[in-house]
Amino acid sequence: MDRVPVLKIGDLLLVSIQVDMQDQTALALQEDLAERIVATGCHGVIIDITALDIVDSFVGRMLSSIASISRVLDAETVVVGMRPAVAITLVELGLSLDGIRTALNVERGIELLAQAREPETPDDLGIDLDLDRFGPATS
Amino acid sequence: MTTDVGLGEPQLVTIAADEDVVRVRQLVRTVAVAAKLSLVDQTKLVTAASELARNTLVYGGGGGAEVTVVDSGRRKGIRIVFADDGPGIADLDLALTDGYTTGGGLGLGLSGARRLVDEFDIDTAAGRGTRITVTKWAR
Repeated sequence: MDRVPVLKIGDLLLVSIQVDMQDQTALALQEDLAERIVATGCHGVIIDITALDIVDSFVGRMLSSIASISRVLDAETVVVGMRPAVAITLVELGLSLDGIRTALNVERGIELLAQAREPETPDDLGIDLDLDRFGPATS
Repeated sequence: MTTDVGLGEPQLVTIAADEDVVRVRQLVRTVAVAAKLSLVDQTKLVTAASELARNTLVYGGGGGAEVTVVDSGRRKGIRIVFADDGPGIADLDLALTDGYTTGGGLGLGLSGARRLVDEFDIDTAAGRGTRITVTKWAR
Protein backbone atom coordinates (compact mmCIF):
# COMPACT_ATOMS: atom_id res chain seq x y z
CA MET A 1 0.00 0.00 0.00
CA ASP A 2 1.23 3.48 -0.86
CA ARG A 3 1.51 6.10 1.86
CA VAL A 4 0.93 9.76 1.20
CA PRO A 5 3.74 11.90 2.69
CA VAL A 6 2.88 14.71 5.10
CA LEU A 7 5.36 17.62 4.89
CA LYS A 8 5.87 20.25 7.57
CA ILE A 9 6.55 23.75 6.27
CA GLY A 10 6.76 26.38 8.99
CA ASP A 11 3.49 26.30 10.89
CA LEU A 12 1.76 24.30 8.17
CA LEU A 13 1.39 20.69 7.15
CA LEU A 14 1.28 20.12 3.41
CA VAL A 15 -0.17 17.00 1.86
CA SER A 16 0.07 16.63 -1.88
CA ILE A 17 -1.84 13.57 -3.06
CA GLN A 18 0.01 12.26 -6.10
CA VAL A 19 -1.29 8.72 -6.40
CA ASP A 20 -4.62 7.14 -7.22
CA MET A 21 -5.33 6.20 -3.61
CA GLN A 22 -6.91 2.94 -2.66
CA ASP A 23 -9.32 3.26 0.25
CA GLN A 24 -6.83 1.97 2.81
CA THR A 25 -4.32 4.63 1.74
CA ALA A 26 -6.93 7.33 2.31
CA LEU A 27 -7.72 5.99 5.77
CA ALA A 28 -4.02 5.81 6.65
CA LEU A 29 -3.56 9.42 5.56
CA GLN A 30 -6.36 10.48 7.88
CA GLU A 31 -4.61 8.85 10.83
CA ASP A 32 -1.13 10.06 9.86
CA LEU A 33 -2.36 13.64 9.62
CA ALA A 34 -4.05 13.57 13.00
CA GLU A 35 -0.85 12.31 14.58
CA ARG A 36 1.32 14.88 12.80
CA ILE A 37 -0.98 17.75 13.83
CA VAL A 38 -0.58 16.78 17.47
CA ALA A 39 3.14 16.03 17.20
CA THR A 40 4.01 19.29 15.45
CA GLY A 41 1.41 21.63 16.95
CA CYS A 42 0.73 22.98 13.48
CA HIS A 43 -2.39 25.11 13.10
CA GLY A 44 -2.92 24.72 9.38
CA VAL A 45 -3.22 21.84 6.94
CA ILE A 46 -3.17 22.19 3.18
CA ILE A 47 -4.31 19.26 1.07
CA ASP A 48 -3.33 19.61 -2.56
CA ILE A 49 -5.51 17.53 -4.88
CA THR A 50 -4.22 18.98 -8.16
CA ALA A 51 -3.10 15.53 -9.29
CA LEU A 52 -6.41 13.79 -8.51
CA ASP A 53 -8.46 13.17 -11.64
CA ILE A 54 -11.47 12.07 -9.63
CA VAL A 55 -12.82 12.54 -6.11
CA ASP A 56 -15.43 9.93 -5.33
CA SER A 57 -17.63 9.72 -2.25
CA PHE A 58 -14.98 7.83 -0.28
CA VAL A 59 -12.25 10.42 -0.85
CA GLY A 60 -14.82 13.20 -0.35
CA ARG A 61 -15.73 11.72 3.00
CA MET A 62 -12.04 11.45 3.89
CA LEU A 63 -11.54 15.15 3.12
CA SER A 64 -14.53 16.06 5.32
CA SER A 65 -13.24 13.84 8.12
CA ILE A 66 -9.78 15.36 7.95
CA ALA A 67 -11.28 18.85 8.16
CA SER A 68 -13.34 17.87 11.21
CA ILE A 69 -10.54 16.00 12.94
CA SER A 70 -8.07 18.84 12.45
CA ARG A 71 -10.59 21.40 13.72
CA VAL A 72 -10.94 19.41 16.92
CA LEU A 73 -7.14 19.43 17.15
CA ASP A 74 -7.02 23.24 16.69
CA ALA A 75 -5.94 23.24 13.05
CA GLU A 76 -7.69 24.55 9.96
CA THR A 77 -7.75 22.55 6.73
CA VAL A 78 -7.81 23.99 3.24
CA VAL A 79 -8.25 21.77 0.18
CA VAL A 80 -6.56 23.27 -2.86
CA GLY A 81 -6.18 22.55 -6.56
CA MET A 82 -9.48 20.89 -7.38
CA ARG A 83 -9.86 20.44 -11.13
CA PRO A 84 -12.98 21.94 -12.75
CA ALA A 85 -14.19 18.55 -14.03
CA VAL A 86 -13.80 17.12 -10.53
CA ALA A 87 -15.84 19.97 -9.03
CA ILE A 88 -18.63 19.47 -11.59
CA THR A 89 -18.69 15.72 -10.95
CA LEU A 90 -18.67 16.10 -7.15
CA VAL A 91 -21.71 18.33 -7.20
CA GLU A 92 -23.60 15.99 -9.50
CA LEU A 93 -22.62 13.04 -7.33
CA GLY A 94 -24.28 14.88 -4.46
CA LEU A 95 -21.22 15.73 -2.37
CA SER A 96 -21.08 19.30 -1.18
CA LEU A 97 -17.94 18.97 0.97
CA ASP A 98 -19.64 20.81 3.82
CA GLY A 99 -17.29 22.37 6.29
CA ILE A 100 -14.29 22.20 3.98
CA ARG A 101 -12.45 25.37 3.09
CA THR A 102 -11.11 25.45 -0.44
CA ALA A 103 -8.69 27.62 -2.36
CA LEU A 104 -7.60 27.58 -5.98
CA ASN A 105 -3.96 26.79 -5.32
CA VAL A 106 -1.40 26.24 -2.57
CA GLU A 107 -0.40 29.91 -2.46
CA ARG A 108 -3.99 31.09 -1.90
CA GLY A 109 -4.46 28.31 0.63
CA ILE A 110 -1.51 29.57 2.63
CA GLU A 111 -2.94 33.12 2.53
CA LEU A 112 -6.33 31.86 3.68
CA LEU A 113 -4.79 30.02 6.63
CA ALA A 114 -2.69 33.03 7.58
CA GLN A 115 -5.81 35.22 7.58
CA ALA A 116 -7.76 32.73 9.63
CA ARG A 117 -5.00 32.57 12.22
CA GLU A 118 -4.05 36.22 12.61
CA PRO A 119 -5.92 38.27 15.18
CA GLU A 120 -7.71 41.15 13.54
CA THR A 121 -5.53 44.22 13.50
CA PRO A 122 -7.00 47.73 13.56
CA ASP A 123 -6.12 47.97 9.86
CA ASP A 124 -8.34 45.02 9.04
CA LEU A 125 -11.21 46.61 10.92
CA GLY A 126 -10.98 49.65 8.70
CA ILE A 127 -10.06 52.02 11.53
CA ASP A 128 -7.72 54.80 10.49
CA LEU A 129 -5.54 55.56 13.46
CA ASP A 130 -4.26 58.72 11.75
CA LEU A 131 -0.91 58.70 13.52
CA ASP A 132 0.00 61.99 11.88
CA ARG A 133 -2.17 63.79 14.38
CA PHE A 134 0.42 63.01 17.01
CA GLY A 135 3.16 64.72 15.02
CA PRO A 136 5.69 63.25 12.66
CA ALA A 137 7.46 60.18 13.81
CA THR A 138 11.00 60.84 14.92
CA SER A 139 13.48 58.29 13.92
CA MET B 1 -3.04 -4.42 -19.19
CA THR B 2 -3.52 -3.52 -22.80
CA THR B 3 -4.38 0.00 -23.84
CA ASP B 4 -5.67 -1.26 -27.14
CA VAL B 5 -9.39 -0.73 -27.28
CA GLY B 6 -11.10 -2.91 -29.80
CA LEU B 7 -14.75 -2.14 -30.44
CA GLY B 8 -16.93 -4.69 -28.75
CA GLU B 9 -14.11 -6.53 -27.04
CA PRO B 10 -14.96 -6.56 -23.37
CA GLN B 11 -12.19 -6.15 -20.85
CA LEU B 12 -12.67 -7.77 -17.51
CA VAL B 13 -11.36 -6.74 -14.11
CA THR B 14 -11.86 -9.02 -11.14
CA ILE B 15 -12.87 -7.11 -8.03
CA ALA B 16 -11.63 -8.93 -4.96
CA ALA B 17 -9.61 -6.36 -3.02
CA ASP B 18 -9.11 -2.66 -2.43
CA GLU B 19 -6.53 -2.25 -5.18
CA ASP B 20 -8.91 -3.74 -7.75
CA VAL B 21 -11.12 -0.67 -7.36
CA VAL B 22 -8.10 1.39 -8.45
CA ARG B 23 -7.59 -0.96 -11.42
CA VAL B 24 -11.21 -0.52 -12.50
CA ARG B 25 -10.79 3.28 -12.37
CA GLN B 26 -7.61 3.10 -14.45
CA LEU B 27 -9.11 0.80 -17.08
CA VAL B 28 -12.26 2.91 -17.40
CA ARG B 29 -10.16 6.05 -17.71
CA THR B 30 -8.06 4.50 -20.49
CA VAL B 31 -11.10 3.31 -22.40
CA ALA B 32 -12.93 6.63 -21.92
CA VAL B 33 -9.97 8.55 -23.34
CA ALA B 34 -9.75 6.17 -26.29
CA ALA B 35 -13.49 6.54 -26.99
CA LYS B 36 -12.99 10.31 -27.01
CA LEU B 37 -15.31 11.19 -24.17
CA SER B 38 -14.98 14.81 -23.06
CA LEU B 39 -12.90 15.44 -19.95
CA VAL B 40 -15.99 16.08 -17.82
CA ASP B 41 -17.67 12.91 -19.12
CA GLN B 42 -14.50 10.89 -18.50
CA THR B 43 -14.42 12.22 -14.96
CA LYS B 44 -18.09 11.43 -14.38
CA LEU B 45 -17.77 7.89 -15.75
CA VAL B 46 -14.60 7.09 -13.80
CA THR B 47 -16.20 8.45 -10.62
CA ALA B 48 -19.36 6.37 -11.18
CA ALA B 49 -17.20 3.30 -11.88
CA SER B 50 -15.28 3.89 -8.67
CA GLU B 51 -18.49 4.02 -6.62
CA LEU B 52 -19.94 0.91 -8.25
CA ALA B 53 -16.70 -1.07 -8.04
CA ARG B 54 -16.49 -0.28 -4.34
CA ASN B 55 -20.11 -1.40 -3.88
CA THR B 56 -19.31 -4.66 -5.69
CA LEU B 57 -16.46 -5.21 -3.23
CA VAL B 58 -18.03 -3.99 0.00
CA TYR B 59 -21.66 -5.07 -0.39
CA GLY B 60 -21.38 -7.79 -3.03
CA GLY B 61 -18.37 -9.44 -1.41
CA GLY B 62 -16.41 -9.10 -4.65
CA GLY B 63 -17.19 -9.79 -8.28
CA GLY B 64 -16.16 -8.27 -11.56
CA ALA B 65 -16.39 -5.31 -13.90
CA GLU B 66 -16.64 -5.71 -17.65
CA VAL B 67 -15.82 -2.68 -19.78
CA THR B 68 -16.94 -2.56 -23.42
CA VAL B 69 -16.84 0.10 -26.10
CA VAL B 70 -20.25 0.21 -27.76
CA ASP B 71 -21.47 1.91 -30.88
CA SER B 72 -25.05 3.05 -31.36
CA GLY B 73 -24.45 3.75 -35.03
CA ARG B 74 -24.51 7.46 -34.29
CA ARG B 75 -21.98 7.66 -31.53
CA LYS B 76 -19.62 5.69 -29.39
CA GLY B 77 -20.08 4.94 -25.78
CA ILE B 78 -18.76 2.86 -22.94
CA ARG B 79 -20.73 0.20 -21.19
CA ILE B 80 -19.66 -1.24 -17.87
CA VAL B 81 -21.28 -4.20 -16.17
CA PHE B 82 -20.65 -4.72 -12.46
CA ALA B 83 -21.67 -8.15 -11.27
CA ASP B 84 -21.47 -9.93 -7.96
CA ASP B 85 -22.99 -13.01 -6.34
CA GLY B 86 -23.54 -11.28 -3.03
CA PRO B 87 -26.72 -10.96 -0.97
CA GLY B 88 -28.44 -8.72 -3.55
CA ILE B 89 -30.53 -5.68 -2.74
CA ALA B 90 -33.88 -6.35 -1.09
CA ASP B 91 -35.33 -2.84 -1.29
CA LEU B 92 -34.07 -1.21 -4.46
CA ASP B 93 -36.01 2.04 -4.08
CA LEU B 94 -34.50 2.54 -0.66
CA ALA B 95 -30.98 1.66 -1.88
CA LEU B 96 -31.30 4.27 -4.61
CA THR B 97 -32.24 7.01 -2.15
CA ASP B 98 -29.64 9.69 -1.50
CA GLY B 99 -28.15 9.27 1.94
CA TYR B 100 -29.36 5.73 2.57
CA THR B 101 -26.57 3.38 3.57
CA THR B 102 -26.10 0.05 5.30
CA GLY B 103 -22.34 0.23 5.16
CA GLY B 104 -21.51 3.37 7.09
CA GLY B 105 -20.75 5.41 3.98
CA LEU B 106 -22.42 8.55 2.75
CA GLY B 107 -25.16 6.69 0.90
CA LEU B 108 -24.31 8.39 -2.37
CA GLY B 109 -22.63 5.53 -4.22
CA LEU B 110 -25.60 4.04 -6.04
CA SER B 111 -27.79 7.14 -6.33
CA GLY B 112 -24.81 9.36 -7.22
CA ALA B 113 -23.44 6.92 -9.80
CA ARG B 114 -26.84 6.83 -11.48
CA ARG B 115 -26.78 10.60 -11.93
CA LEU B 116 -23.30 10.50 -13.48
CA VAL B 117 -24.09 8.14 -16.37
CA ASP B 118 -26.53 8.25 -19.30
CA GLU B 119 -28.05 4.81 -18.82
CA PHE B 120 -28.35 2.87 -15.60
CA ASP B 121 -29.86 -0.56 -15.25
CA ILE B 122 -29.90 -2.69 -12.15
CA ASP B 123 -30.87 -6.32 -11.84
CA THR B 124 -30.98 -7.63 -8.31
CA ALA B 125 -33.03 -9.46 -5.74
CA ALA B 126 -32.39 -10.70 -2.24
CA GLY B 127 -30.09 -13.72 -2.43
CA ARG B 128 -29.57 -13.44 -6.18
CA GLY B 129 -26.57 -11.13 -6.44
CA THR B 130 -26.49 -7.79 -8.19
CA ARG B 131 -25.81 -6.83 -11.77
CA ILE B 132 -25.55 -3.15 -12.65
CA THR B 133 -25.09 -1.95 -16.22
CA VAL B 134 -24.14 1.65 -16.93
CA THR B 135 -23.51 3.40 -20.25
CA LYS B 136 -21.98 6.77 -21.02
CA TRP B 137 -22.19 8.11 -24.58
CA ALA B 138 -19.71 10.42 -26.27
CA ARG B 139 -21.39 13.72 -27.12
